[in-house]
Amino acid sequence: RETRAPCPRRPAVKAVWTRICSYGGLFYCCWCLKRKTSKRGGGGAGAPEATVEPGSFLPSGSPAAGSQDDNWGETTTAVTGTSEHSLSQEDIVRITKDLEDSVGLDCRRYVTRTIAVILGLLVFLTPLAFLVLPHILWPEKLQSCGTACEGLYISVAFKLLILLLAVWALFFRPARAGLPRVFVFRVLLAVLVFLFVVSYWLFYSVRILDSQDDNYQGIVQYAVSLVDALLFIHYLAVVLLELRQLQPCFSVCVTRSSDGETRHYNLGQLSIQRAALAIIEHYYCDFPIHNPALLSASKSRAAKHLAGLKVYNVDGPGNNAAAGMAQSQSRAMIAAAARRRDTSHNELYYEEAEHERRVRKRRARLVVAVEEAFTHIKRMQEEEPKKAPGDVMDPREAAQAIFPSMARALQKYLRTTKQQHCHSMESIQQHLAFCITNNMTPKAFLESYLTPGPTLQYGKDHWLGRRWTLISEASVTNGLKDGSVFVLKCVDFSLVVTAKKIPYIQMSEEYIDPKSHKFVLRLQSETSV
Amino acid sequence: MSFVPGKPVTAVVQIIEIQKLRQGDNLILGFSIGGGIDQDPGQNPVSEDKSDMGIYVTRITPGGPAEVADLRVGDKIMQVNGWDMTVVTHDQARKRLTKKNEKVVRLLITRKSL
Repeated sequence: RETRAPCPRRPAVKAVWTRICSYGGLFYCCWCLKRKTSKRGGGGAGAPEATVEPGSFLPSGSPAAGSQDDNWGETTTAVTGTSEHSLSQEDIVRITKDLEDSVGLDCRRYVTRTIAVILGLLVFLTPLAFLVLPHILWPEKLQSCGTACEGLYISVAFKLLILLLAVWALFFRPARAGLPRVFVFRVLLAVLVFLFVVSYWLFYSVRILDSQDDNYQGIVQYAVSLVDALLFIHYLAVVLLELRQLQPCFSVCVTRSSDGETRHYNLGQLSIQRAALAIIEHYYCDFPIHNPALLSASKSRAAKHLAGLKVYNVDGPGNNAAAGMAQSQSRAMIAAAARRRDTSHNELYYEEAEHERRVRKRRARLVVAVEEAFTHIKRMQEEEPKKAPGDVMDPREAAQAIFPSMARALQKYLRTTKQQHCHSMESIQQHLAFCITNNMTPKAFLESYLTPGPTLQYGKDHWLGRRWTLISEASVTNGLKDGSVFVLKCVDFSLVVTAKKIPYIQMSEEYIDPKSHKFVLRLQSETSV
Repeated sequence: MSFVPGKPVTAVVQIIEIQKLRQGDNLILGFSIGGGIDQDPGQNPVSEDKSDMGIYVTRITPGGPAEVADLRVGDKIMQVNGWDMTVVTHDQARKRLTKKNEKVVRLLITRKSL
């Protein structure tokens, strides 16, 4: 047999591969972009910031342009520095950011899925290709497959089945969230699998395809070793992706910025973005719903503090620099506020006591009304003589029948505790029907109204837009460290998260002999002599 | 006033002689004692140092021989007729004070005001 030098082949194979990959990638990105720009015409991501469309500032002379009033002249003159066909610097930045966002997100999801599918196909078809190719290419030269070899067929089949189930269980789950950056471990594993399979192919193509090896059992064993190694890579994936973060390593403190609600959770070794995801999922279960109506009292107090003082500049403008003036103004305000006798703490105290009393009174009335309402309904027993069909009600009708007697008390209570926007009439009746169906007591029915529950409990519109922004000084793919701080911003409030490392715990053992538990009486006697 | 093991105990003492009074079949002294090495010193109501296991006078019968002899509540008895009372059990102390053949007891007592 003549020996062939493998070196001249390898660069050729590699060059072909790289060319295919680059062309495929380029083509894909162009396709994504074309899709995105065609979609954008119909209103983009629904972001609250307005996108500037050229032509929006044209003075529309037609009365059909909404409320055409005397202000149209003002709007045209207010657009300074831009004409209808040019864009200012901010517009450009805004548009590119919008483009980036929308293209980035969707494109990334498609790209991820495509890569996953390609990799999966590569992984599953490779062993089969290894087994089938010799039969196709040089069937006459091939040794026939003996018993051991056929036993290996069964082994390959079952291992591939197990690998299929395992990959399905681990990777094909519905995505929970869209994270800002790639998931580093997954990318590493994908690269590892790809390199692994490519190296197996290289070896196969050089040593077996080229030399047309006739030892079929060796080829089958080679395929089996590939599948074994893939199963081990899957084990590595399980350890890296699932097991590593189970052991708690950090204790994070999550504080809501609007009202100070704080919770503590234990997390394992995670990257900042995955930790943020875990925290958001806990937030929906644990934190009571964010109620902006409860914050209005402190805001009005703060406004009153500021409104009490006015600063007049007697010396007239132009004396000092603007900064010096502002500083002296604020200092004067603080000094005056400290000196004046503030009785707002008194008002707060009495107001809170009064509110507490009112709430308790309304609550008492509500409980009595609901208990009375529940006594009007009874579950119909089967043994009772059949009542007229008009009398027999399903839960929904029963709820509607007893709801009016408690509606007023419930509404007053919700108004006093400023919860009325969280519960609609429809939702209350639904909840009542649910409680009646499940034989709940009036107290169980009232529980969801007396205490504010977690955000999960309320309707979908209260989930406050599932769009969260992660603000962090460190890169979000870095791991959590002791003292790392990041902020999760939502529309109305933000969650400030601090991580602390759980310290190394040194435990020692002390043995106590059960026979060592002995006791004596303590005496103090007095004897007269 | 509590003793440190291994070191000599020093105190300023006063000698008090009490004549026993005959009451029926008994000779009484007219006071009560508390304390002892088998007792809990922390519960001693009259002692200054709550780790002191000495014998203390806890009560004086008004008009009795002890009051006549100027014994006071809170006095610590160091010796009785030459017998040491600083390291004795409660029962031993009682026995040394109520010997039937002694008519007079000579106490060495110490108190803070000395």
